Order: sequence, then C-alpha cells, then structure tokens
Amino acid sequence: MGRKLIFSLFAMVLVASMVVVSGQAMAAEKKKEAPKQYIPLFAYRTGPFQAGGSGQAGGNEDWYTLVNIKGGLNGVMIEFEECETGYNTARGVECYERVKSKNPPHIQPWSTAVAYALIERATKDKIPLSTIGYGRADASDGTVFKYVFPLVTNYWSLSTAKIRYIAQVEGGLEKLKGLKIANLHLDHPYGRETRFILEIMAKKFGFEVKHFPVPWPGIDQKSIFLNIRRFKPDWIINRNWGVSCTVPIREAARIGFPRDRMLGVWWCGSEEDVMPAGPAAKGYLATSFHGVGKGFPVIQEILEKVHHTGKGNISYGRVGSAVYNKGLIQGILTTEAILTAQKKFGNRPIIGEEMQYGLENLNITKERIKELGADGLMPPVKTSCRNHEGFDVMLVTQWDGNKWVQVSAWIEPFRDLVRVEVEKSAARYAKEKGITPRKCE
Amino acid sequence: MLYRECGVFKPTYAEDMAIFPLPLDKWGMGILLIVAFLVIPMFADRYLLTSIMIPFLIYSLSTLGLNILTGYTGQLSLGHAAFMAVGAYTSFNLSFRLDLPILLCFLGGGLMSAAIGTLFGIPTMRIKGFYLIVSTLAAQFTIEWVITHWAWVSGENVLGAIDTPPMEILGRSIDTPVEKYLLTLVVVIVLTIFAKNLVRGKIGRAWISIREMAVASEIIGVSQFRYKLLAFSVSSFYAGVAGALIAFCHLGCVQITEFELLLSFWLLGMVIIGGMGSILGSFLGAGFMVLLPIYINRVVRITAGFVPSDILTNLELMIFGGLIILFLIVEPYGLARLWLIIKGKLRAWPMPY
Repeated sequence: MGRKLIFSLFAMVLVASMVVVSGQAMAAEKKKEAPKQYIPLFAYRTGPFQAGGSGQAGGNEDWYTLVNIKGGLNGVMIEFEECETGYNTARGVECYERVKSKNPPHIQPWSTAVAYALIERATKDKIPLSTIGYGRADASDGTVFKYVFPLVTNYWSLSTAKIRYIAQVEGGLEKLKGLKIANLHLDHPYGRETRFILEIMAKKFGFEVKHFPVPWPGIDQKSIFLNIRRFKPDWIINRNWGVSCTVPIREAARIGFPRDRMLGVWWCGSEEDVMPAGPAAKGYLATSFHGVGKGFPVIQEILEKVHHTGKGNISYGRVGSAVYNKGLIQGILTTEAILTAQKKFGNRPIIGEEMQYGLENLNITKERIKELGADGLMPPVKTSCRNHEGFDVMLVTQWDGNKWVQVSAWIEPFRDLVRVEVEKSAARYAKEKGITPRKCE
Repeated sequence: MLYRECGVFKPTYAEDMAIFPLPLDKWGMGILLIVAFLVIPMFADRYLLTSIMIPFLIYSLSTLGLNILTGYTGQLSLGHAAFMAVGAYTSFNLSFRLDLPILLCFLGGGLMSAAIGTLFGIPTMRIKGFYLIVSTLAAQFTIEWVITHWAWVSGENVLGAIDTPPMEILGRSIDTPVEKYLLTLVVVIVLTIFAKNLVRGKIGRAWISIREMAVASEIIGVSQFRYKLLAFSVSSFYAGVAGALIAFCHLGCVQITEFELLLSFWLLGMVIIGGMGSILGSFLGAGFMVLLPIYINRVVRITAGFVPSDILTNLELMIFGGLIILFLIVEPYGLARLWLIIKGKLRAWPMPY
C-alpha cells in the first residue's frame, strides 16, 4: 500500500507539472515594447569554479546595469540573461542552442572547453565568440577564425611576456641563461597548452624549463612539490585553475620557496585564489590583463549608481576583485563593439553578423578609455581583420596580504615569435577543416 | 481489453519468436518509427534536435551498453565513460588520418573500445562486486591519463581536443542537425535491434544466469569467464560507438573532460532509474536524464519566477539524487517496470486482474 501510494503520487505530480509546462509553452506572447539589445551570459555559479564564475558574471552584469542606468547604448536598453553551464561542455552547447533563437550579438562561453565545442557551430551560424583571456590562442589569426575573438592577450603572448618579466626582475635578458623555471600546470589540456611555447623560449634564451603536471583536481600537491624542491628552481610558474591555484602557494611556503618568485597565470590571480592561503600568500605574483582593485572611476561609478541603489549583481565586498574586473572588461568590450556596429548599422539591437563587424573594427583609444573611466584598468584595444587579439600586453600584480598591487608596467610579449606560432597553428586548423583563409586588406 | 493476446495465432516459429508478437505492439512501434523518422525531422526546431533528441539517442546507446554489463550480467562498472572516450578518439583518428568512410570509423571506434574493454574485463575472472568497481575505476583513470599524455591520439592538437572532420556518406555531406539526427537514429536503431536479439538468445540467458547465481550457472556449464568477457566487449563496443557519435554528431569538438568520472556516474544513474536488465529501460533512463534539467528549469521558472541559475542547477542535482533513492526503495526495477505494470493493467482492463 505504501509503495503504490508513493508511486502514484509521484506519477500524478509528474503528469500535473507536464500539463503546466506544456500549457505555459502555448501561452500568450509578450506585450510589444521598445526593442532591447539581448545579450546572453554563460555563467557558472555552480561546479568547481563557481568562485571565479560568479565574480565574472557579477562584473559583467554590473556593467550592463550601469549602461542601462545611463541611458543604454544610444538609447537601446540591454537585456541580459544568464545560462548556467557549470563549466560543463554539453551544457554549454545546450545553452548555445537555447539562446541562438533569440539573436544574440555574440557568445561569451567563459570556458575554453565550451569555446572549442562552439567554434564550428558559431562559425556556421555566423555568431561571434568572445573568448577573452582563454580559449584558442591561434584564434588571434582572424583570416582563419573569422568569428572567434580572443580580444585580449592570448595564452602564448602571456607566456612570452612572463619570461620577459622574469628577465626584468633578474636584470636583463642575458641573465635568463642558466635560470631554472618550474612550470607547474594542471594536467589538463588548458594547463598543457603553454608547454611548447615555454620550451621554445627556453631554447632561445638558454634557461631550463621543467614541467610539473598536477593531476586533476590538484588538491594534494605535496609529492609534486617534493620534486620541485629537488629541481631547485629559481622561479615557479603557476598555471592552474580553481582550488589547484591556492594549494601551490601553501606548498611553496612549506618548502620555503619565496612566494615573490612564483608567477601565476591570470586565472590564478584573484582574491578568491589567494585568500584561502592566508599569510602564506604574501608576496605572491600573478599576471593580469587589466588593472586591479576598485580605485578606477568606472568601478566607483558602479558602486555609486548600481550598488548603492540596490541593483548590484554581486555581493558588495567582491566588487573590484580580479575576476570581477575581468567580467567588467568583457562587458566594456561588448558594449564598445555594439556601439561600433551601431555606427555602421544604425542605433538598434545588433545581431551576429553585424557584431562580427563591430568586434573586428574595435578601436578603443586612450581617450575613449578615459571617457569610460577605465584609465589604468585596460590598455587601448585595436582589432583588425588579420588580428583578433585586441592587445597583447600584460602586467604583473603582487598580493601584499590585503590586496593586489600592480608591480610592473604593461609588459610586451615576444610578438614575432608568438605570431609565427599562431599562424602555424591556425593554418593547421584551416587545413583540417577545409577552410580557405580570407584575404584581409 | 485494449492489449489482448487472445485471437492472435502464431503458426510459424518465426512469428512466435518475434520481438513484438502482438499486432498492437507492431502498430505502436511502427507509429513510433514514423514519428522518429518523418514527423520529428519535419517539424522539430533546431533546439529540440540538437539539445534533446541527439543527446537522448546517444546516451540511450551508451546506457544500453552499460545495461548489458551491469543490468544483464551483474558486473558493476564505473569505467563506461572512458570506453566512450576510446571510441571517440579512435573514430577521430580513423577519419582524420586514414580518411575512412564515417560508418567504418564508428565501427572501428566501437571495435577498439571493445578490445580495450575486454582487456579491463580480464580481472573479472577473480573479483566481483565492489572490487570490480574499483578495477573499472582504474580503467577510467588510466584511459583518461593515456589520452591526456599521448599527443598522437588527439591529433597532436596542443589542447588535446579533437576537431572532427566533416562527415560524408556516399558523397552527401552530413552537417545539418536533421542529417546528424537521422544518422544517429539509424545507428541507434540498428544497434538496439542487435542488442535486443543478443539478450533474448543463448548469450543473453547465459548473462542473466551469471547475474542471478554465478555458482549455479557455472555448475550447469556456462563458462563464466567467456561470457563475462563477452559482456565487457559488447558493452564497450556500444560505449565506443556512442562516444564516436558524441564526437561527430553531437559536440563536434571534444576534450577528454567530456568523458570524466562524473559521466560514468550519470550513466549508472540512468541504468538504475531506467531499469536494470531492460532494453526499454535504457531509453527511458536516458530520456529522463536528458529532460530533467530542462524540465526543472521550466517548472521553476513558471512557478517561482526568476530564480538564480545556481539554485536551479543545485536543485537538479538534489532532485536527481532524491529520485535515485526513491527508485531504489520504491521500484528497484525502474521505469521499465512501471511500463510493464501499465501494460499488465491494460491487458486486464477493465477487470482489475
């Protein structure tokens, strides 16, 4: 009797809710209103990277809210929508299919795996992908990847710029000879991506690089750090993500390795990564493609107009964290691209193909950045048909125990070296997929 | 009254042994096939095809494989996702390096996966139950490690991701969602018929005997080792083909993260919810899993308005876990048993029994 009752109750609930769902699907249409610029956001507020994902989404949404408060994009209001991917590729693809019918201007997957899965689809559907600071480094070659936009420094530029910074600290490029650098990376495609470029640099400048892969999820790295201690490196590069970023800082403290000789990738350079490590993180260095902290006029404006009026999309204390600023920059790049497209196509909601024009002709000058209040937050951005990497510089920040402090100027990568590798890899992709690279003037 | 068996005479052995002996069953299956082949491609929008139908079919195939191993033969396995990965990467290499026709690539992927599955099935000679789970877990991690570290397998792509080349059958390219859906449908139907006949015959009965009482089946002469290995290979074959379908027809670009341990757990969940030891159960379980997140999303949005996306996702996990517990307590034979009960009631209707 008990079992049958439970099961029939369950069946009734199931049927009732199915009726509700299908009824709603046939419900009346929405009332007519002024056309809005629809922008989808792929967020991961669950899953192993929710600390980073929630920060990114918060920054992004705060910027759109501010733009709306200030009158929208030439009068067109932004309507943003979140789709939860949980950093899972299949769900990312499902989100893409779901938002496709609403004519999004572009897709920002915030995940390298999802970006890879969407490249072919998005290219066929003519919807651009923005993959800032992650994704395919060879997508910087716009002749092959028409619809993929790294927009900011790609991973290969980052790696060479890291070496340049190390040389700066050591006192010159000649001092790199004989140096020992440990590349601690997640044993995962994202982590392994920069191995070959570090080896190219090692051959060129005469330093020794040794790779230490961290098996996923990288919570226990004691044995790896014993090996690192045996190697006696001068520098450790920290290329992890999520909790595997925090563990090396503690382990380095344990083996007595100076934290100011640890250089983390920007996904290991946010408050969420260093705070759990406590006092051990003091002095830890991380790279960044943006300025840190909330001292910038634009962030102050967000705090004033968005948070103090209760419209904030993230908790107050997290405004200005590194991942928040990344989300903010994605928002700024999106709206600037929309404005660029609007100049050509008119002041109305912008969709796929038109956004591709906007993203490819971005020219955010220093004056415009000052106008936006982001001076020091981001460098000037210029994309073109051939070059989808809007800027390729990075800076280094240091954790002083309470906040991130910028300790370097904008550092340039070894541009020629990176561009050669990018074009080689893009050509391989073009051959695999049977794409004819387009001609750019 | 609706589902009656009287009046149906089967004069030949072939008719008696048919999968669907009753005319109502045959008609029902016919209508289902017409809907699947004609109605859905004509009327479904792209979202239904790419995000619901294709994953549903692929996961059903994979669950079918796991059901053969866990449901029919009773060998618990948590390495299924890794065998899917083997199939995916093998079919990619066959297509990319040797330029074989796509169906041969799927077959090759399945066969390679079967070979590796057989290898990891060898420990079953000595170990059972939970200990077998651990050794299949070893399969999961070993295969993941090999694929991550052996660059040749992923086409020397710097990120370890495989970009599948475009598909072509008899000169006609398969790149629209409808074509991919139809290809997946055909592959799944052929393999399902194969599986159904396999489990109805001598081999299937041997598997069931191993599951029910291994000692007794050994005594009456069923070779334990041979049939267990066969179960591993067939199940891995299905997993391999499913993995190849994921790579070519569903995602187009896969990394090894697609085939992580979590997917093995999901597949086991699908087998449990759908019904262990049942072909229909695999489809029901997979359909349930594919539709559950979307369903929860819609219901919550209708009843509660705007809910932050992380609450929705956590709600899915909670409901999924709760349902597994519910099913294991109330109906251990899963949704397939529910269907059998309904059929039984339909046979006797309007009488109560």
